[in-house]
Amino acid sequence: MVTVQAVIAANRFGLGARPGELDEISRDHEGWLLAQLGPDASTARDSFPGSATILSEFQRLQRVRNEARRSDDAERGENAAQAYRTYIRSQYQIQATRRYELAAATDVPFRERLVHFWTNHFAVSADKQAVTPLAGTLEDEAIRPHVTGRFVDMLLAVEQHPAMLLYLDNQASMGPNSRAARAGAQRGRDLGLNENLAREILELHTLGVDGGYDQKDVTTFAKVLTGWSVGGGQNRDAESIAGAFFFRANTHEPGAKTMLGNRYGEDGIGEGEAVLTDLAMHPATAHFLAEKLVRHFVADEPPGELVSELARAYLDHDGELNAVYEALVSARAAWVEPLAKYKTPQDFLISTYRAFNQRPDNPERMIAFLELLGQRPYTPGSPAGWPDTMAHWDGGDALIKRIEWAAAVGRQISDRVRPVELGEAILGPVLGDHTRTVVSRAESSAQGLTLLLASPEFQRR
Amino acid sequence: MLDRRQFVAGSTQLAMLAGFPGLTLAQEAADARFVLVILRGGLDGLAAVVPYGESRYRGVRGSLAVDSPGQTNGLLKLDGLFGLHPSLSKMHEFYQAGDLAVIHAVATPYRERSHFDGQNVLENGSDTPFGLRDGWLNRAVGSGAGTYGAIALSQNIPLVLRGDTSVTSWAPSRLAEADDDTLARIGELYAHDPHLAGRLQEALEARAIAGEMGGRRNARGGGAQGQLGPVIRAAGRFLSAPDGPRIAVLDTGGWDTHANQGAGQGILANRLGGLDAGLAALKQELGVYWQNTVVVVATEFGRTVAVNGTRGTDHGTGGCAFIAGGAVRGGRVIADWPGLADRDLYEGRDLKPTTDLRAVFKGILIEHLGAEIAQLNRDVFPDSAHIAPLEGLIDV
Repeated sequence: MVTVQAVIAANRFGLGARPGELDEISRDHEGWLLAQLGPDASTARDSFPGSATILSEFQRLQRVRNEARRSDDAERGENAAQAYRTYIRSQYQIQATRRYELAAATDVPFRERLVHFWTNHFAVSADKQAVTPLAGTLEDEAIRPHVTGRFVDMLLAVEQHPAMLLYLDNQASMGPNSRAARAGAQRGRDLGLNENLAREILELHTLGVDGGYDQKDVTTFAKVLTGWSVGGGQNRDAESIAGAFFFRANTHEPGAKTMLGNRYGEDGIGEGEAVLTDLAMHPATAHFLAEKLVRHFVADEPPGELVSELARAYLDHDGELNAVYEALVSARAAWVEPLAKYKTPQDFLISTYRAFNQRPDNPERMIAFLELLGQRPYTPGSPAGWPDTMAHWDGGDALIKRIEWAAAVGRQISDRVRPVELGEAILGPVLGDHTRTVVSRAESSAQGLTLLLASPEFQRR
Repeated sequence: MLDRRQFVAGSTQLAMLAGFPGLTLAQEAADARFVLVILRGGLDGLAAVVPYGESRYRGVRGSLAVDSPGQTNGLLKLDGLFGLHPSLSKMHEFYQAGDLAVIHAVATPYRERSHFDGQNVLENGSDTPFGLRDGWLNRAVGSGAGTYGAIALSQNIPLVLRGDTSVTSWAPSRLAEADDDTLARIGELYAHDPHLAGRLQEALEARAIAGEMGGRRNARGGGAQGQLGPVIRAAGRFLSAPDGPRIAVLDTGGWDTHANQGAGQGILANRLGGLDAGLAALKQELGVYWQNTVVVVATEFGRTVAVNGTRGTDHGTGGCAFIAGGAVRGGRVIADWPGLADRDLYEGRDLKPTTDLRAVFKGILIEHLGAEIAQLNRDVFPDSAHIAPLEGLIDV
């Protein structure tokens, strides 16, 4: 007997049910979710190059292109530029494809949703060229290993990841009184701070915009973070590894620094780590993270009581994320009907693949579709990440495109599936009588599948 | 089987929610067109409209200073104080023809430096982030400004157009169209979900107009990161359609120039070139309707006066806005110029705002779209009675 809670577990907390899955989940819907919170068992990324390898190859191709440009050989220049573009595009496509293959096939969809949630919390955007070939590696290297661990570990891994440092321009930020800036000044070069990363860490990664910091804190934090950079490229530091995180001591602003009322003595890279550690356990951070989680999983307008409960769990358990997820899953408010959340384009797509037990067999088509709906993989366009409320995703044009996608998929596989049966298999008792009637009256199996995927029960979770 | 037109006309329940409600308004504004272009990320107003006549300009802008008017790739002169960035050559022609005005040292009431809160204030029309749940332009349409409703040229609707009044959205597609019978059945499917039913109906109305414009165009999707060209052309076609919307909103990203933003050439110069070409394309698509059009180009905040450590600029406060179109009383820079001396800067770092962007919006809503001041102060920009509309922006 399939329960409503099983459907909620599979959809609200997961990535959509595959046929057959709901029976298993119905036996213990909470247990099914909590069992997914073990350590990272995914091996999907093991055979792919990491960020340092990719970034150093990117730097090499960039150098070759720049040299070729300066030569007078137009053909050589064009070939080098082509090789550079091709590499960027292919890495991006490999990573995006793997991400959705994993999501379509995973047996731990709650865990995968959490991976996506945190990737979006720590958003980088692939529309910045240096980030394009790296965006997926941030998720694999800095998010995935820590998603069921402590928040502070994820925070540290993210802020030292090359994709984030390059995205928010910290790799070239210099302390105005650092050795490198003073040497530059003697040569007539004006080098100094870039406060982008510092501001977004405070506003978007930890405290939240109302978290009680001011412009002075932002500037000080930017000084704290000077030196957090990547090896290779224009950095010739002998001990750095090309493409990997590197602390450039000679660009670090010297001296003790005070921010948010705390004094941090001069400690090189340790200063930034100390600030991040303090930020991670700040009550404003706990509240900000709790509110985002509740908005993501439960309701566009997060119920305040549930937010407080999650924030308390976070602080009581030293920032252990599993304690927060457990508080979420055990809350009554998380299991109520009607279905309050509207799927994002990406989650609509993934749940379609899962409903049909399909894999994304045509990466270019998949990426093009997500772009049409306004959610091109890894490309939120801003460090705030993708919006998480219905009002951002329910444009009429986007709805029509979901329907068109459903129609295309429906035509493709209609001879294998009976629409009403599939509806029962993936939506169980949540499939309403009205939808069942409309779907069953469809003029063809393909049309029936289109109607099922367009139905409110499938669009909402 | 129903065809789409019958479906549209026949489902009375849905028609209540239709996309282009006829609204009462002052007759003289019946043909007025209004386009809002939001530049997301914080346009550097001091790079787009440069106070080259100010003696401190070169000193504070260092490597980002643009060459003076008359030099190769130098500024395009507006007056003795200001010049347009060299990438804005079409807009300079507008200016000379009286079709472009610049508002400088302008800002929303927002005084912090978060993009997302800043854009929220720009769009919600109050003086605080999340101070209102819907957008000022939606409320303006709802209270009778503009005749035939509004459209967002993106898949989804930006906050400024979200709210109680039904608006629609449109963006280019590459998928095969769903057939009319299926769409009619989906309308039936949504009988108990009025929200999705309304969205579907709006989209079908927009598609009907897009179809009349010569069918689907195989362009790249627009939205915050896409090219402005295809979507701004589409906006021009929608606004020219006899039964189309008269108000359009577009947005475009890439203005957050923290590093290597460039001076006369470079990253920002390229973005500005795209904006310039986009406005020229809009004028072309609008044809005779350009004469009845006002375009506002606005951003959430300006950027720091000083160059940062990575040859870019960080988040600031005051910046510039443009109003363009045949209906604009242009050829002017409108600014109570605060100056660039240290003591004149906001918090010692940003251009000090001396004009509230809401004054610009109010002036246009009144003079161009026939809105009433009382309505604006009550519904569209609540609690803003102290912000007087900027008068005389529109040709009479």
